[in-house]
Amino acid sequence: MASESREYPGGCCPAGQSLIARDLSCERDGRLLFADLNFTLAPGTALQVEGANGAGKSTLIRTLIGSASDFRGEICWGEQAYPRALTAMRASLLYIGHNAGVRRGLTPLENLAWYGATHGDAMAALEQVGLYGFEDLLCQQLSAGQNRRVALARLYLPGAQPLWILDEPLAALDVAGVASLEAQMNRHLEQGGSLLLTSHQPVGIAPLAKVNLADFQPQQSDLEVAYGD
Amino acid sequence: METEQLATPLSASKSSSTSNPADTGASGINLSSAKSIPVANPVHVPGFHTLFRTELTLAVRRRSEIVNPLLFFVTVLAMMPLGIGPEPEMLARMAAGLIWVMALLATLLSQESLFRGDYEDGSLEQLALQAQPLYFPVLAKVLVHWMVTGLPLAVLSPLLGMMLNLDAAGYWPLMVSLALGTASLSLIGAVGAALTVALRRPGLLLALIIMPLYVPVLIFGTGTVQAALDGYSYGPQLAILGAILTAAAALAPLAAAGAIRISLEN
Repeated sequence: MASESREYPGGCCPAGQSLIARDLSCERDGRLLFADLNFTLAPGTALQVEGANGAGKSTLIRTLIGSASDFRGEICWGEQAYPRALTAMRASLLYIGHNAGVRRGLTPLENLAWYGATHGDAMAALEQVGLYGFEDLLCQQLSAGQNRRVALARLYLPGAQPLWILDEPLAALDVAGVASLEAQMNRHLEQGGSLLLTSHQPVGIAPLAKVNLADFQPQQSDLEVAYGD
Repeated sequence: METEQLATPLSASKSSSTSNPADTGASGINLSSAKSIPVANPVHVPGFHTLFRTELTLAVRRRSEIVNPLLFFVTVLAMMPLGIGPEPEMLARMAAGLIWVMALLATLLSQESLFRGDYEDGSLEQLALQAQPLYFPVLAKVLVHWMVTGLPLAVLSPLLGMMLNLDAAGYWPLMVSLALGTASLSLIGAVGAALTVALRRPGLLLALIIMPLYVPVLIFGTGTVQAALDGYSYGPQLAILGAILTAAAALAPLAAAGAIRISLEN
């Protein structure tokens, strides 16, 4: 078995809560997407997951947040393993998925209040994502990019969770939006937060490790293991 | 008020219990400055009051969803005398059953959209990630659903009874039984709506799953009115409806929460 172990370069985290995957294999609809994936996401580090469409990026993310439980191997949060560690991990998690979780019947301000933001914080965050003046419109009246910005405004709230897992955060953003978001991600990493993201574009974050799911395509022997039982 | 209380002290205590004791040393520098990110952050958990108010806001903004089932209910009942014939005696005998069946169909019609919007925009997934059990968001949703569908039907029912020549003795039992019964219908329907939320066109499947479960409510609902019309005490039937409602309120949101998690897996 060609189990290529890839340790994250900056993964020498002392006792902080790291997200660790060991020999992780995921399958979806009976198809093994990737096998023997290893990484450690320590506080203050960022990891970009790459891969072609359908390579399993979203499945990996949904496995990490505990939405999909169909995996082999081990996922740990700090010293505890899933599923036991899930509650603790989710307490530190800020997840923005493919569907951003913006309620279309609410205004951007109400959407942020839903995530616990005070009025002042929400206004400041909306200003930073360039939605000042749109705070009282219903989200269904906003464009796709603007809705994406409403979701991303959560990243600008003070007291945002330390672990960010973002599925295609740069999608539907214009150039200025991408630059602002990259700056915010860098700030987050400097403050000791950690970040896992998928993106097809290059991301301007200073220390960025990459995992390409194409390197973890299941070998023939893995498939026999997977379908043998 | 409940929200503010939940937002700070409760979550603060939660974070201290979930954080690893070993972290405090590592993150000591971070914690000293006000703007830095603590290792285990207080997580915002919306209180029931916030959940309820948000659902109500959303429901009021989508007024058509409130008005359409109600209009459907009234229109079909107004057609009944045309189809069955205008003999007052016969209409009076059928009135309670007709009103109950229409209430059931109106609830069923509006049930499909209960979780759909939240599933499609991803907020259902966000809710499922929260530390609080899904029970409370589901309960808030069902409560609002009942307030905008079942409750208006119950309030309106004496008027419809009058239209169908229902005896005046049946008005009050009809109203109370509908109020209790439609709440159970909303709760039971939520399980079906949660099971089928990931399907593209759940309409008929939803009906097939839920309809059999509606039967006891229908039996005791019409039984209440019939007992009153026959001059008997209708207390026992109402008590059973109340018991069904209690059981449904306790169990249905749990089942719906489980079904939502299964639906989210795919």
